[in-house]
Amino acid sequence: MFGAFVLLIVVVMGLFGPAITPYDPNGMDFSDRFANPSFEHWMGTDDFGRDIFSRVVVGARVSLQVGFIAVTVATVVGAWLGLIAGYSTRLTDEVIMRAMDVLYAFPAILLAIAIMAALGKGIGNAMIAIGIVYIPIFARIARGAVLGIRNEEFIIAARAMGAGDIRILLTHILPNVLSPIIVEITLSLAFAILAEAALSFFGLGTQPPDPSWGRMLAEGRAFFRQSGWMGVFPGLAIFFTVMGFNFLGDGLRDALDPKLRR
Amino acid sequence: MNYQYVVQRLLLALVVVLGITFVVFMIMQIVPGDPARVILGPYASDESVAGLRDRLGLDRPFFEQYLTWLSKAARGDFGQSLLNGQEVAPQLHGRIGPSFELAIVSLVIGLVIAFPIGIISALKPGSAIDIIATVFSQIGVSIPSFWMGILLIIVFSLNLELLPPSGYTPIWEDAGDWLAHIVLPAFTAGFVSASIQTRFIRSAMLDVLNANYVQTARAKGLNERTVIMRHALRNALINIVTIIGLQITALFSGIVIVEVVFSWPGLGRLAFNAVEERDYPLLQGAVMVVAILVTLVNLFVDLLYFLLDPRIEYA
Repeated sequence: MFGAFVLLIVVVMGLFGPAITPYDPNGMDFSDRFANPSFEHWMGTDDFGRDIFSRVVVGARVSLQVGFIAVTVATVVGAWLGLIAGYSTRLTDEVIMRAMDVLYAFPAILLAIAIMAALGKGIGNAMIAIGIVYIPIFARIARGAVLGIRNEEFIIAARAMGAGDIRILLTHILPNVLSPIIVEITLSLAFAILAEAALSFFGLGTQPPDPSWGRMLAEGRAFFRQSGWMGVFPGLAIFFTVMGFNFLGDGLRDALDPKLRR
Repeated sequence: MNYQYVVQRLLLALVVVLGITFVVFMIMQIVPGDPARVILGPYASDESVAGLRDRLGLDRPFFEQYLTWLSKAARGDFGQSLLNGQEVAPQLHGRIGPSFELAIVSLVIGLVIAFPIGIISALKPGSAIDIIATVFSQIGVSIPSFWMGILLIIVFSLNLELLPPSGYTPIWEDAGDWLAHIVLPAFTAGFVSASIQTRFIRSAMLDVLNANYVQTARAKGLNERTVIMRHALRNALINIVTIIGLQITALFSGIVIVEVVFSWPGLGRLAFNAVEERDYPLLQGAVMVVAILVTLVNLFVDLLYFLLDPRIEYA
């Protein structure tokens, strides 16, 4: 419930961000730089005198957008590869899973940085980079789930009735392996938001002047001698959003697979 | 002993290393447009772009480029840095030590935190300490390590002035100064890894505490300490070692971030600097060395797992 509540707030911020902020998130006021939190500016102002609260609210959209698109890329490609690996011949399985082992050997952030170095900076490429990094996780989960049910009677029956491989995969296997994939989607959203924040923190993701929580933290880091607040609130926003997705993922896992509950 | 498992695991590691070289080689191949133009920028002359293209071998067929690059990389030759013209290999060599030191100290800090918390919370599920452990674990997996690093710098370096905010001193030059510099980055990376390990240690301990042989040990009248240390923990260790192995990749991912935040002169920071400068040979070298190090550590952990439990088979 805590996770769902936090995420509801973040989703509202993401959907209605610019409409509910008290100030223009990119509006500068050089007479009011590095202001401490007050009634006027709830989270203070940054080095350009921009209202940090407004930027945190609008930054939610970037985090959610990158998180959802990256995880969609990872889920569609990864789960599909996993389904094929688990259902097809040993050779296809070996080729796909060894390729996944290779991608999995790279520390996630390092691979994402390397992909972004090739594709270039920007939020679109951040989505692709994070998506690629998480493909092996979905492939492994989907494959494991398929292996568990591929010799079940209802699959054999479907095959005996003349169903093709694609039909069996989509209508018989996929619905039965969805639970672990849904749980992983929720948990991966948390990691994807952390990864986007890290890439933006490194200056590779969102580009100025657009607000993103990771970018704001990087700016806060550069000025933490002048104002510690600049680095506090965007960090809290990331922390609570990621925690929300983690709680939701754990809750879903308990609900969908009670055997895993501890 | 089942040596077939060892052989198969070694072959798998070889395949993965070969795959790593291909992915690393592809970094420069997926640059949109002409990589030489991208590296030199829009104002470079056509002659200098053509010169760089020739130097990097970009106008040769794809597989010829890969095989040439691979044969050089296998001999430790990653070419020259585009920024300073120096050989990449010696630059990488100087960075492996600091990265490894940070990884080991982070892992130790993580385990020192995770073991007692994980074991105690498994012994008393639902107790106050179990709830605290769950909250701690959630905080650890949710907190961005770069933010935690910044907060630690603000508190311990700027406000309390207890520890240096960044930098590195080799251990053989001044052990005390080395320790002072490594505490904050290692704690940052170790804390995140501890929170994940706590969950797994708790889970592994819960599994063995419910096993028949533990009940038997208790029924024999052994004291609780002996039951836990000699029967439960030793059996739980097999699962815990596997989890630590799986965590190595995540640990190195955290270390890349921490190295940048604390200006730690390791491979992660080198890779980050290479990205900033679009120094592809340097980036390729750094990424490849880290990925191979991670693969070797994982191989070591898997073989250790085999020693702990000789019944294991390659699946």
